Amino acid sequence: MSDPMEQFKVIFFEECSELLTSLEEGLMLLQQGDQDSETMNAVFRAVHSIKGGAGAFGFDALVAFAHIQETLLDEMRSGTIVMKPEYIDVLLQAYDILSELVGAAQRQVAVDKNYGAEAALAMKAIMENKGVAVSEKKPESPDEESQDIDSHRFKISFKPFEELYQRANEPILLIRELRDLGEMEMTLDTSDMPNLEEMNAELAYFSWEFSLVTEFSEDAIEEVFEFVEGDCELTIEQENLVTPEKPVHTNDPADDNITDQAAVPAKSNSGETVVSQSIRVELDKVDRLVNMVGELVITQAMLREQGSQLLVEQYPNLVQGIEELSRHIRDLQESVMAIRAQPVKSVFSRMPRLVRELTASLGKKARLVMSGEETEVDKTVTERIGDPLMHMIRNSVDHGLESPEARLDAGKDEEGTIHLSAFHRGGRIFIEIEDDGAGINKQVVLNKAIENGLVPPDSSLSDEEINNLIFMPGFSTAESVTNVSGRGVGMDVVRKNIQSLGGRISISSNAGKGSKFTMSLPLTLAVMDGMVVEIGTEKFVLPLVNIIQTLRPTPQEVNSLPDGRNVMMFRDEYISLVPLYDVFDVKDATHDPCEGLVVVVEGDGGILMGFIVDDLVNQQQVVIKSLETNYELIEGVSGATILGNGRVSLIVDIATVQEMTAKKTQETETHLTQVPVSMEVH
Amino acid sequence: MTTIAANDTPADEQAGDIADINQYISFNVGKELYAVEITTVREIKGWIPTTSLPNSPDYMRGVINLRGVIVPVFDLRTRFRRGQTEPGKNHVVIIVKLDARTIGILVDAVSDILSISSEEILTVPDLDVNPEYRFMEGLVAVEEKMVAIIKPRLLFNMELVPDLEPETAAEVA
Repeated sequence: MSDPMEQFKVIFFEECSELLTSLEEGLMLLQQGDQDSETMNAVFRAVHSIKGGAGAFGFDALVAFAHIQETLLDEMRSGTIVMKPEYIDVLLQAYDILSELVGAAQRQVAVDKNYGAEAALAMKAIMENKGVAVSEKKPESPDEESQDIDSHRFKISFKPFEELYQRANEPILLIRELRDLGEMEMTLDTSDMPNLEEMNAELAYFSWEFSLVTEFSEDAIEEVFEFVEGDCELTIEQENLVTPEKPVHTNDPADDNITDQAAVPAKSNSGETVVSQSIRVELDKVDRLVNMVGELVITQAMLREQGSQLLVEQYPNLVQGIEELSRHIRDLQESVMAIRAQPVKSVFSRMPRLVRELTASLGKKARLVMSGEETEVDKTVTERIGDPLMHMIRNSVDHGLESPEARLDAGKDEEGTIHLSAFHRGGRIFIEIEDDGAGINKQVVLNKAIENGLVPPDSSLSDEEINNLIFMPGFSTAESVTNVSGRGVGMDVVRKNIQSLGGRISISSNAGKGSKFTMSLPLTLAVMDGMVVEIGTEKFVLPLVNIIQTLRPTPQEVNSLPDGRNVMMFRDEYISLVPLYDVFDVKDATHDPCEGLVVVVEGDGGILMGFIVDDLVNQQQVVIKSLETNYELIEGVSGATILGNGRVSLIVDIATVQEMTAKKTQETETHLTQVPVSMEVH
Repeated sequence: MTTIAANDTPADEQAGDIADINQYISFNVGKELYAVEITTVREIKGWIPTTSLPNSPDYMRGVINLRGVIVPVFDLRTRFRRGQTEPGKNHVVIIVKLDARTIGILVDAVSDILSISSEEILTVPDLDVNPEYRFMEGLVAVEEKMVAIIKPRLLFNMELVPDLEPETAAEVA
């Protein structure tokens, strides 16, 4: 990072990726028929900014392409070219090439000269149809350091007419572009400003005088004003380069009371002094902060453990100090995590395009409706839900939705709808993918499962169990392998991915009406609230969100079932007791729930279970550490943490424990019910 | 014996003149001596109690907290099917870096740091009777004692070697 230019480049590419995202979003909105001129402007600005930055670094191929794209977009937003659906396809194609070019520039790979020529031609064709000529951008590299070599001073006066504003042009964009050409000083002339009463929001009152020192020719300056030609009074004069330092003179742009329309030119003047409300920070720095806070949480737990042994009377201030420290660290931790929180939009925004491409290649019609894109979740989560989400959307389009004909036959709109939504609930984020397709055909699924040997032929499964079969490894109902799905990556991988994030996925389906996948994920993968429990000599952490209640049952309340399970009456229903000592193979643990304790937890699908533990230790925030970094995933355990005494403790993954228990029970049950049948086999 | 033996057998002329010398850390497990390349060793720690992991192989002794990182500790004695180490204060855990992973190996005691030229490393007698030999890079004699140079990567990489099943041993034999 010693080269300052490199640093700027890094920032440029960061901006590019943001700009490309907003460009894509805008294009998607336009495709859905968005008529808002602001959308068009946003799209234009994105391309414009990429071009501007690329010019500064001399990425000529990128500049040349962006220039054509920019010109076209400008014609579109000014209304010279009326938007048509087929143009969107051209623009999307251009978007792809633009993002490739940005990628190539970032990786410092040379691109083929003709790369994107087709898209460029398509864009030019649109413009030529409307008689718009594309100026060829000269491959000059505006290297700012060398501007002394052959610089000219230009005196430019620029007075926009009201038409300029009406065509949705913004002087600030022109001024910025002008500024990019060299060193510029400007003066705003507000002498035409009438009194407030006489002011008409639709009229233009401002004019500018620029003094620009640049190595560019007059043509380059004209090019800046190319799109507003005729909508303004413009004179460009070359002066002799004697540079008396003139201070930047900016007139105060009148009253704050002026209306929005008139405020546009005013903003362009004061815009430079507006203090930004956000700063750009390298993710590494935030991650370091999060890690440090994690260590702090552990240290604090250690202090608290030590502090709990002190007598309050003896060290009142120390004990109180430790308490306060805990509170502050908790606040600190929440604030730090909030820095890294990100709206799921960053992931969702990739989906409309996916749906578009999928429907095109599968000959289906679908609409993606999204809601809750602003729901925030830690970056560690957003980073890792992209792939599973994409796969699920693929699954919904490919397997969920029917062909347009089949939909019409079923009396549905030929265009299917996929609803993607996100929301917070109970300290977790929920993401739902709902389609109005055919739903899961239980018979097909069951037959397939039997065929693949996933379930025995004579098994009778509940609807829910059948639905869940699609998450089994080696299961795919795709009757023909399309290039969309059926590439060996099944829903089992999706489920595994989600589970490795401490998430759950469930499905509900209504034959003929559609299916709904629901994912629930933790808001962060860094910390969680846990209950430390003792089982034998080992300590385990249970996620606090799942805990309903802790109690010690009386012997009368505990009953045993023929399948070997023990059940307990809890809130008017029987819940099964899960011997954690058995699941985790802990010796010297209390087996009798009436001697130890029962922690009632809520598992997948709202099923209640009673975990048998020896004792509760305390409730605390724990930092989640991965076991997989240096070892491997352990069934029933979602991760590990370090307790106040420095020892490692395992975090119980309630859903997998539930699965393990269910599997075991099923084995026993199968054994009990199938003994006579399997006699023949043996 | 070592140096003389190596010089008497100029097996490889190219490597002959400037014999590349590597350093190894040797350690005891019972009476046996083993060694690992020093560059893979990150640190040597006294034994601290581990948190055991359920449903793991018997030689997996559990995990420890190494300055905020969860590190698995393996019992080399158990890995070689010679029973379980009853670790006390004098036992040590050698922290080794294997590619991206950091693991600990529980041994009885660290013995020495050896400088061994590649010529001194003798091949393991190729009887192919015991699959354990696969984890050995070679043998070297130091002061009349044999030291087996082991490759922890092969011993404790879960994907490569799922488990050293007694059946496998029987099969190969």
